[in-house]
Amino acid sequence: MTSRRLSIAALALAATIGAAQAQAPRVKFEYWYGLTGQLGEVMAEHCKRFNEAQTKFEAVCVGQGGYDRAEQNTIAAFRARQHPTIVQIYDAGTVNFMLSQATYNAVQFAKDFKMKIDWNDYFPGIRSYYATSKGEMWSFPYNSSTAVMYWNRAEWAKIGRTEAPATWEQYERDMRALKAAGSTCAMAFDMDTWQSMEQISAIHNQPIATMGNGYDGLGAELVINQGVFPRHVANLKKWQDEGLARVQTAQTGKTIVQAFSDGSCASMVSSIANHGVVGSTGRDGLDWSVAMIPVYEGFTRHNSLVGGASLWVMANKSKEEYEAAAAFLDFVLTPAEVKWMPNVTGYIPITVPAFNQMLDAGFYAQPKFRGREIAMQSLTFTPPTQFTRGIRLGNFTSIRSEVRSELEAIMNGQKTVEVGLNDAVARSNQILRRFEQTFRGRNLP
Amino acid sequence: MTGKRVTFSNTWLAALLIAPQLLLVFTFFYWPAGEALYWSFTLEPPFGGENQWVGWQNFKTVFEDPLYWNSVRISVIFALSSTALAMGIALILATFVDRQLPGYQAYRFMYFWPYAVAAPAVGLAFRFIFAPDAGFVSALNQWYPGIWNPARDGFDAVVLITLANAWSMVAYNFIFFLAGLQSIPRSLNEAAAMDGSGVLRRMADIQFPLLAPTFFFLVVINLTDSFVNSFGIVDITTAGGPARATDLMVYKIYSDGFKGKDYSLAAAQSLVLMLLVISLTFIQFRYVERRVHYT
Repeated sequence: MTSRRLSIAALALAATIGAAQAQAPRVKFEYWYGLTGQLGEVMAEHCKRFNEAQTKFEAVCVGQGGYDRAEQNTIAAFRARQHPTIVQIYDAGTVNFMLSQATYNAVQFAKDFKMKIDWNDYFPGIRSYYATSKGEMWSFPYNSSTAVMYWNRAEWAKIGRTEAPATWEQYERDMRALKAAGSTCAMAFDMDTWQSMEQISAIHNQPIATMGNGYDGLGAELVINQGVFPRHVANLKKWQDEGLARVQTAQTGKTIVQAFSDGSCASMVSSIANHGVVGSTGRDGLDWSVAMIPVYEGFTRHNSLVGGASLWVMANKSKEEYEAAAAFLDFVLTPAEVKWMPNVTGYIPITVPAFNQMLDAGFYAQPKFRGREIAMQSLTFTPPTQFTRGIRLGNFTSIRSEVRSELEAIMNGQKTVEVGLNDAVARSNQILRRFEQTFRGRNLP
Repeated sequence: MTGKRVTFSNTWLAALLIAPQLLLVFTFFYWPAGEALYWSFTLEPPFGGENQWVGWQNFKTVFEDPLYWNSVRISVIFALSSTALAMGIALILATFVDRQLPGYQAYRFMYFWPYAVAAPAVGLAFRFIFAPDAGFVSALNQWYPGIWNPARDGFDAVVLITLANAWSMVAYNFIFFLAGLQSIPRSLNEAAAMDGSGVLRRMADIQFPLLAPTFFFLVVINLTDSFVNSFGIVDITTAGGPARATDLMVYKIYSDGFKGKDYSLAAAQSLVLMLLVISLTFIQFRYVERRVHYT
């Protein structure tokens, strides 16, 4: 009975909304997002909030089933002139879009459509990741995260420690002690290069590629076979062989996040975006916290890199659609909306004013969100340097997968660290040269 | 003569009637294949725009890459072993059902189901079942630690995708074998039985030789399918790893083209794959089919 009455009410409501729309047609524009699952629902919810907040415009939001699909589909759609006005593109797709000649650069767009945006509101580390080498923004940073260390406080308490290790040397001593105390997996890790290669290099202020990590041109070459990364890989291999650390992937049965959440592994380095996941899926009574990723002794800590995605405005759309898009972009950047995102996901607030308001309102003191401010400290630890502002390499997705394959070969014992990383560099440089040749005559802005 | 002329004189009608089919073939095969051919001799930027003619460079890049040959080797091993496995199991099952062993009606109905399961779903199921830490098969690792780990051991990973692919192909093969077996006249079998030959003898001397056309057809289909349709399974179970151990040709095309956005390199590889499948099929028709006797 009640359910029927409810559905009749819903129908009536839908009819009135329909009628209201018929009276004043809203200007529609398409927005494609890549996130899926619970995060995809949050994206759809964000559109709904925009559509409910005003009556002039309507965002038509379509999930594309994954970040890489969103990029593929946008490329295919652009070639068929069926592309959306706004698209969410992940960090690694930035170069393709900068060189595409298919976008409306953000600074120009904000000026042309009189947006209220103040570019200095963004945290510097977030701004620099998506900015050109001259510091100009070409897209609007959106959902953002960074990597932190997750640690099981109860496990660490067993070895009489109440603090997370601040250096890798201390981490190693802690892991040995944990093993002695009966832990079979003191650290879970996988071959995802975002944590091991990109973040570790950034916090040690080490280059990943020449020419300022690729910002200064398409001629950059990978240099990950030097500096701190080979040392870190050798350590991971050693810890794995000693039974301190364990590879956890979907293929082994549990990802690092699952292995940490169910308490079988005592620590991991992962995105702060998983803070909510660990909180909601963690075993009952799991006593955990987050800390900044450790640094090696003798190095000064630098800021970590942002991860996530930004919003790109595409070229060749109508003035009306652009006005609607500008309204949407202004909407998602209002402090209220920037603050909403961390409430429903593990993402960080992307603007300084919103973050300060959250601090004042005691957001980070709530047990559910405790530790999330660590990500902000990590991201803003120092002003970005030429190696910590971001990575701008052509076809970075393929480079990541080359490095991942070589890391697997190293961990399996098929190759030594030196041979594996040299191979990864050689193959990545071939990819970079092909990319440079494909975009001959175009310059990175 | 006249009747024939009347039937075929209306060329326009004939053309009109086959046009929809031709249009489909053109749109979904010749056009994309032509585009791929063009791309494989150029460098195509992802968003389009000015592409440059580079001659054989893409093919040179492909053939000079030792990892590409590794990928070819794995693809051939994968195709041969999953075809053998899928056809062997299907043949045994079909013979059982054909002999009307108890419950055969239920089996006949159920064995077809796996074919209706999409490749990514098969991949997901196999990934869970065969996960070394958490899957059912992890019990093996309780007895002999480290004996099964497709996340670490390349051989185990190839076994895993071969099993998954064979499992989904068994159903299809089963139906064809069963239909083939049932079309063999009962009288032949019965006559042989009266002459005193046992079950295995009848299989070897009567049923299998008469199944040869079905067998040949299934070999062609299974090999082709293993080469071109296996990417869904690989993507979900192993993602090409560990250390490229399951990086099949078709999966490499997918990762270079769709993930890496290097359309030209992917186009060159798909042409190579297409030529390989065409020549395999040609060899089979030219040399193997000669030995097949159609009843």
